[in-house]
Amino acid sequence: MAVGGVGAMTAVRHALDRAVSVAGLHKSFGTAPVLADVDLEIGEGEFVALLGASGSGKTTLLRILAGIDSADAGEVWVPEVRTVVFQEPRLVPSKRVWRNVALGLARGAAARASATRALAEVGLADKAQAWPATLSGGQAQRVALARALVREPALLLLDEPFAALDALTRLRMHDLIRQLRARHRPATLLVTHDVDEAILLADRIAVLVDGRIRLWIEVAAQAHDEVRTQLLSALGVKTVATT
Amino acid sequence: MTVADDARTRIATPGPPAAASEPRESEPVTRLVRLPAGGARRRAIPPGTLRVLVPALVLALWWWVTSGGRVDPSVLPTPRVVWDAFWQLASGDLWHHLSTSLGRSFRGAAVGISAGLLLGGIAGLSKLGERLLDSSMQMLRTVPFLAIVPLLIVWFGIDETPKLVLIAAATTFPTYLNTYNGVRNVDRKVVEAARSYGLGGARLVREIMLPLAMPSILTGVRFSLGVSILALLAAEQINASSGLGFLLYNAQVHQRVDILMVVVLIYALLGLAVDLVVRLLERYAMPWRSGVSAR
Repeated sequence: MAVGGVGAMTAVRHALDRAVSVAGLHKSFGTAPVLADVDLEIGEGEFVALLGASGSGKTTLLRILAGIDSADAGEVWVPEVRTVVFQEPRLVPSKRVWRNVALGLARGAAARASATRALAEVGLADKAQAWPATLSGGQAQRVALARALVREPALLLLDEPFAALDALTRLRMHDLIRQLRARHRPATLLVTHDVDEAILLADRIAVLVDGRIRLWIEVAAQAHDEVRTQLLSALGVKTVATT
Repeated sequence: MTVADDARTRIATPGPPAAASEPRESEPVTRLVRLPAGGARRRAIPPGTLRVLVPALVLALWWWVTSGGRVDPSVLPTPRVVWDAFWQLASGDLWHHLSTSLGRSFRGAAVGISAGLLLGGIAGLSKLGERLLDSSMQMLRTVPFLAIVPLLIVWFGIDETPKLVLIAAATTFPTYLNTYNGVRNVDRKVVEAARSYGLGGARLVREIMLPLAMPSILTGVRFSLGVSILALLAAEQINASSGLGFLLYNAQVHQRVDILMVVVLIYALLGLAVDLVVRLLERYAMPWRSGVSAR
């Protein structure tokens, strides 16, 4: 096992202000390298967006941080409590909404109470007893968000959670994410290919190209348009200069 | 604004909009079609009526063909004669035969379906189980179960045992195949999410895998119950002194076409009953599917 931290339960490190610490991460599928020498630090409560075209390895990086996949080489340190919101809601169709939120929690009144609270936070308190199949796409994704938040994660991993939603629902989800973030302040990694979404939500943005991080940008420091142009050119998208 | 107004007037007044002015070649006129409104009016026939329509037509045809001597009554008796034969049987020992048959069918199917569930679950859930079981099961399932009847007689004699073994063997495979497939084809993404939320082992199987495989499992159970009635007929050819199969065999020997038809109709009703039972089972076992099925 080349990775310290993720797999080995005994390895514990107390790092001040750090939620994620990745150094020299390598991952390949077969002979094709997907991630090459990736370093990544995410501070406590920091929101980092990871931008990349499809096939750039961004989802692989997220899956490694989640502990779903493992790295070939390198060091990965993550908090113990971390949750994922996937691109699809991935709700269990045979469980009512509140049970989906409480998935994997120890059964009992406490789990039900916290699931109900989390549902209220995403505006779906009245859907607690509904079956997942009766929800709209946006509602189902909000349930998935409640399921991720109910465990009070130190690291929240968002894998293009808004990609399948319509434009209006996506805007509402952005607002919801900002609200929830202000309240819970987990360290967050958002994987996306939407430049505007990244600028809107993140404190810092990394651009992943061919398995390497090509660019880091602090969003608050620079004007929106300038950030946008830089990011698009890093992604290889030519833009017409707007005046 | 003007464009919208223009479009609205055009739709509101069906008919050739350019009728007054000659259509010119340089300015082609778009032909508009009026779409019908009020699609809800079509549900006039209640579904219950439709369901009994075909059987009723068949009955009418049967009655018409047999009345007035169009067909030799010793080949096809009239509905009336069959009805009388039914009452004659019903006031005699029909219920004894029926309960004997249902008892056999039920006991055999219970064993077969349980075995199918168990083996299918093992093969679907574990790689080792799949390698161990699946090729053997796939090989055995292609053997027509009637082929093993002589063997069963040699091994178990001619009492109840070979009958039950035959029904159990025949009902194992449909449940096995569908359980195995259902468990194997459970949405990997949901399983992955459940794992990432800390579910594993027995809890993952019980809370995620089995419920998600349930539609397929119940399809298997439905097939198995159907097969159990089929196998029942074959089983009751083995030295039976009671049961529907015995009744059928006896009627054949005595050339009683009316009784033959009564028994065939009872088999058909049993098939219907099986379907009803599985539907109820589905509603009970999969409450999340009621009202959201894709049809």
